[in-house]
Amino acid sequence: MGAVVGTLTMQTRQRQPSRDKVDDELEMTMVCHRPEGLEQLEAQTNFTKQELQVLYRGFKNECPSGVVNEETFKHIYAQFFPHGDASTYAHYLFNAFDTRNNGSIKFEDFVMGLSTLLRGTVREKLEWTFYLYDINRDGFINKEEMTEIVRAIYDMMGKYTYPALKGDVPKQHVDAFFEKMDKNKDGVVTLEEFVLACQEDENMMRSMQLFENVM
Amino acid sequence: MAAGVATWLPFARAAAVGWLPLAKKTMPKPPVDKKSRNDEILFVNVSGLRFQTWKNTLDRYPDTLLGSSEKEFFYNEDTQEYFFDRDPEMFRHILNFYRTGKLHYPKQECIQAFDEELAFYGIVPDIIGDCCMEEYRDRKKENQERLAEDTEAENATDTPLPPDSTSRERLWRAFENPHTSTMALVFYYVTGFFIAVSVIANVVETVPCRPPKGSKKDLPCGEKYTLAFFCMDTACVLIFTFEYLMRLFAAPSRCKFMRSVMSVIDVVAIMPYYIGLVMPENEDVSGAFVTLRVFRVFRIFKFSRHSQGLRILGYTLKSCASELGFLLFSLTMAIIIFATVMFYAEKGTKGTNFTSIPASFWYTIVTMTTLGYGDMVPNTIAGKIFGSICSLSGVLVIALPVPVIVSNFSRIYHQNQRADKMRAQQKVRLARIRLAKKGTTNAFLQYKEEGGFQGRGSDNAVCLKNRSSFEHQHHHLLHCLEKTTNHEFTDELTFSEMCMTESVGYRTSRSTSISSQQGVSTSCCPRRAKRRAIRLANSTVSVSRGSVQELDTLQVHKTSSGPQSRSSLNARTEDLKLNCEDRDFTAAIISIPTPPANTPDESLPPSPAIPGILRNSRPTSFTHETVKISSL
Repeated sequence: MGAVVGTLTMQTRQRQPSRDKVDDELEMTMVCHRPEGLEQLEAQTNFTKQELQVLYRGFKNECPSGVVNEETFKHIYAQFFPHGDASTYAHYLFNAFDTRNNGSIKFEDFVMGLSTLLRGTVREKLEWTFYLYDINRDGFINKEEMTEIVRAIYDMMGKYTYPALKGDVPKQHVDAFFEKMDKNKDGVVTLEEFVLACQEDENMMRSMQLFENVM
Repeated sequence: MAAGVATWLPFARAAAVGWLPLAKKTMPKPPVDKKSRNDEILFVNVSGLRFQTWKNTLDRYPDTLLGSSEKEFFYNEDTQEYFFDRDPEMFRHILNFYRTGKLHYPKQECIQAFDEELAFYGIVPDIIGDCCMEEYRDRKKENQERLAEDTEAENATDTPLPPDSTSRERLWRAFENPHTSTMALVFYYVTGFFIAVSVIANVVETVPCRPPKGSKKDLPCGEKYTLAFFCMDTACVLIFTFEYLMRLFAAPSRCKFMRSVMSVIDVVAIMPYYIGLVMPENEDVSGAFVTLRVFRVFRIFKFSRHSQGLRILGYTLKSCASELGFLLFSLTMAIIIFATVMFYAEKGTKGTNFTSIPASFWYTIVTMTTLGYGDMVPNTIAGKIFGSICSLSGVLVIALPVPVIVSNFSRIYHQNQRADKMRAQQKVRLARIRLAKKGTTNAFLQYKEEGGFQGRGSDNAVCLKNRSSFEHQHHHLLHCLEKTTNHEFTDELTFSEMCMTESVGYRTSRSTSISSQQGVSTSCCPRRAKRRAIRLANSTVSVSRGSVQELDTLQVHKTSSGPQSRSSLNARTEDLKLNCEDRDFTAAIISIPTPPANTPDESLPPSPAIPGILRNSRPTSFTHETVKISSL
């Protein structure tokens, strides 16, 4: 009998928190964010109205509440790179898109980022990339930050690569990068150094053009 | 990849710009995206119900019908829409899947219909959302069980054995399905009778009979009529042993058979007797021997071969094993708890029955199952309180798993009932099909008689008009087949007639009369004979030109090569062959194209010999491929 009573009381105790959680969730889904008007967005970005419509329809379908949080972001990115672990890179990417640093990306942020990446000038793209690499947003990229980013990128590759990842490949990569970018050899890369070095690199400039027509 | 992710792909590709400064090599060229990214609204017409959706929505799942270029096959240029001739109600759910990414299962729809729709649209059922997944799985499992049972019922038991089965296989079959032969049925009933006799004897021999003269004590019948009971027991055991050995011999896989439950029961039922025979007559061993006799009661389990209901009960208990286990476990827990409590509550009382906790087990069990024998009762107040709590909770604990077991039993029992009903229905259905088949043959033959082929004059026109165009075309087709194979359809009566009159030399006249028509003569083949052309070739009859031609005709039958018209007709033959499940068909008539009158004497004499051989041959020694053309 005691066992029976015990199990009954256990059930009731468990139900309490779940009910609260459901209420919380309901409240959260009530919060809905609407983007600014279509005209405003069109003015602010380099997309046409139709493109914005297509983008928004897709966005709204995936995130009916109108915002993307980091978890969803990581999940989405992980789907594109199933071989390895994309969560670290997705984290940095999320921070790069989340210009207002409030932990969630609204449609405007999303569209602005895309506009820069796809329709922006070369300078804008390079600035965006610099912003991505500069994790602590202090205006300088140091070796640690770069190593973080490069490691995150190599993490996405996963374990099974050809040729196999032997030794500290990210570190070597970072060293090579700094060789190229750090002109005055002060151990950090500023925005100007970055932009100059990239513009000198023919291959990179050519590759930038390739991403024009992704949308 | 989940389809919703397709929306994010442009973003992920754009984010690749961030890799550019780090890239060691140049980026590859992106794929050329020919189609315009402008979204458009598509119209989808499903059996008249028009749906509209964005093209992008459908493109989300490129490996389905609507998302791929496969839908172009359904595009209607005139109305500028995609037309599908499917269920519009179901399509709603399919389209919702594209819109929301979750597939829902409509509970009021038939599971098979739903599955078929999913298969048509190329959607894998695993995408069904969590909300509907359980329902879907349950229904699917139920349906599959049902189908499995039906196929099992079809394949099982009543199908006739292949003719070339060994005696061992036949014996096994007789054991498993007593309805197949009378001998098996007799054996079945005899064993059943002896099981009953054995069980009753075991019971009766313990009943006290009147004591023999000169003794006061009542004796059990077993000891009074020792010889009689011993003889009866011996007879039963002999029968059981014989049956067991026969089963062991006939079993297709002896190891598997020996491990099966029924065989174990058989062994356990007869072992005590043999052990008793072997055992010496000393005191201490015979005590153990007496307990062995208890195992004789296992013979009653042999009845489960004879009773369907008993098997169902056993199967139910097996399938409810987890519920039974839970019941047992919770009861054990409760018993231990209450026994402990009662023991300590009653410890102080003098002369109490609750001498130990295991002794209290008995009280707890009796109380929880509400038996209440009253041989152990608590005396203290605390004992009485706990005793009452015990009896109240007992009812609850026992009542909980019982409905589950009952519902399982009911489900299995009803399934079994269904199987029997299905079998009865099958028989009716087959009979109906056979009738329909006969109807069509007769229609065709009638058509022929009325000279439908020749398209004769107006007197037949009236009858011909009553037939639908479908019938006309169908008959035309059958006629083409006849022309192709140089054989004609006929019905059973005519055929058997011809077989009868064949030997009289009727063939000569018949051949001439028919050769005036088409140069085709008919001869007989034994009804339902199966023959192989190869066998004919191997026959020791001197092969004359006529018979060679016969063989040629048969060979022509067999090969499926030939002019274009032939191949389709041969396919037809295949169809006809496949439709012929039973032997009830009108056999084709082999025509031996007699060579034109130059050498009638030469060709004819050997020919009768061949059909003679065919007729005299046993049907089972030949198997035939294509000669028989079954009616539709």
